[in-house]
Amino acid sequence: MIRQLFLILVCLALGEMVVYFTGIKIPSSIIGMLLLTAGLHFKIIKLKWIQGIADFLLDNMVFFFIPPGIAIMCYLDLISKEWIPILASVIGSTVLVLISTSFTHQVLRKTRSKKPNTDKK
Amino acid sequence: MKLISEPYILLTITIGIYWLTKYLQNKTNSVFLNPILITIIAVIAILKAAGISYDTYHEAGKYIEFFLKPSIVALGVPLYLQISKIKKQVIPIVISQLVGAIVGIISGVLIAKWLGASNEVIISIAPKSVTTPLAIDISTSIGGIPSLTASMVVMVGIFGSVAGFKILQLFKVKNPMSKSLSMGTASHGLGTAQAMAISQRFGAYSSMGLILNGLFTALFTPIILALLGLI
Repeated sequence: MIRQLFLILVCLALGEMVVYFTGIKIPSSIIGMLLLTAGLHFKIIKLKWIQGIADFLLDNMVFFFIPPGIAIMCYLDLISKEWIPILASVIGSTVLVLISTSFTHQVLRKTRSKKPNTDKK
Repeated sequence: MKLISEPYILLTITIGIYWLTKYLQNKTNSVFLNPILITIIAVIAILKAAGISYDTYHEAGKYIEFFLKPSIVALGVPLYLQISKIKKQVIPIVISQLVGAIVGIISGVLIAKWLGASNEVIISIAPKSVTTPLAIDISTSIGGIPSLTASMVVMVGIFGSVAGFKILQLFKVKNPMSKSLSMGTASHGLGTAQAMAISQRFGAYSSMGLILNGLFTALFTPIILALLGLI
C-alpha cells in the first residue's frame, strides 16, 4: 500500500514541479493524471503496482468533492444577490453543453464508423 | 472551542450523513436522495446552526479533500486502459469538445446577461464548466471575481452530477461514450466522479472531456468575451 501511495504522490509531485517551473496554467493533478497514463503506457509503472489504491480513489471520488462543495457556504451572500441569473445560467448552460457535446460526438462517431464499411463495398 | 467543531466530530458527521444517504439511495432508488447534494446541504445547515465557520470546518474537511488530487491522478489508470479506443476517436472527441467549450462559454454568458446579471457576474460565469483551479485562473485573467467563479464551478458540478445522466437519458443519447464524455465536458471533476461511479470505462471518457474542455475553455474564453464586447 505504501508503494502504491508513493507512486500516486510521485505523479502529483511531478505535476506540481511542472507547474512551478513552467508556469503552465494547467492543474498539477491533471498533469499527474497524464504522467500516470504515460508511465503505464510506456511500461515504466506496472498496473498491479497501483491498482489497489487507484480503485479505492476512483470508487470514492464523488465523496472527496464534499468539502469543496461545502465551501459554497462562503459565497452564499454573493450568490443570493443575483441568484436568478446565476442559477438559470448554471442549469441552462450545463444542459446545453451536455446535449451539444454528446450529440456532436454521437453523430460524428456514427458517420465515421460507417465509412470503413462503405469503403469495403 | 466548542465540542462540535472538533475535526473528528465534524468528520464523523460528514461521513455519517454521506454513508446514510448512500445507503438510503441504494435501498429506495430515489432521485432526491443524492448523497453529494444531501450531504452538502445537511452539513452547511448544521454548521450554520452551530455557528461554525467554513474555516473551522476546513480543519476537518481538509482530510477528505486531501484525497481529491490523488483521485484525479488515479484517473490515469482508466485513461491508460481505454487509450487505444480513444486514439481511434480523436476527431469526434476533439470536435465535440470544441463545440462543448464554445456552447458552454456563450450560453453561460448570454443567459446571465439576458436575465440582467451585473457585468462582473457575467464575466465570472464564463469559465464555470471547467475544473476549479483552471476556472479560477481563467476568471482572474479576464477580470472576473475568482471566488464567485469557484462557487459557480461547484454549482455546475453538483447539478451535472445529480442530473447529468438523467438529462442525457431524457434527450435519448444512447452511446455510453458520448454520454460520459459530455459529463466531463459539462461538469468537470464532479461529472467525471459520477461517471466513474458507473464504470471505469465511463470515467476514462469523462476524463477526456474534463481535460479537453479545460484546455479549450482556457483558450477561447478571452476571445469569445472580447467578441461579445464584454471585456
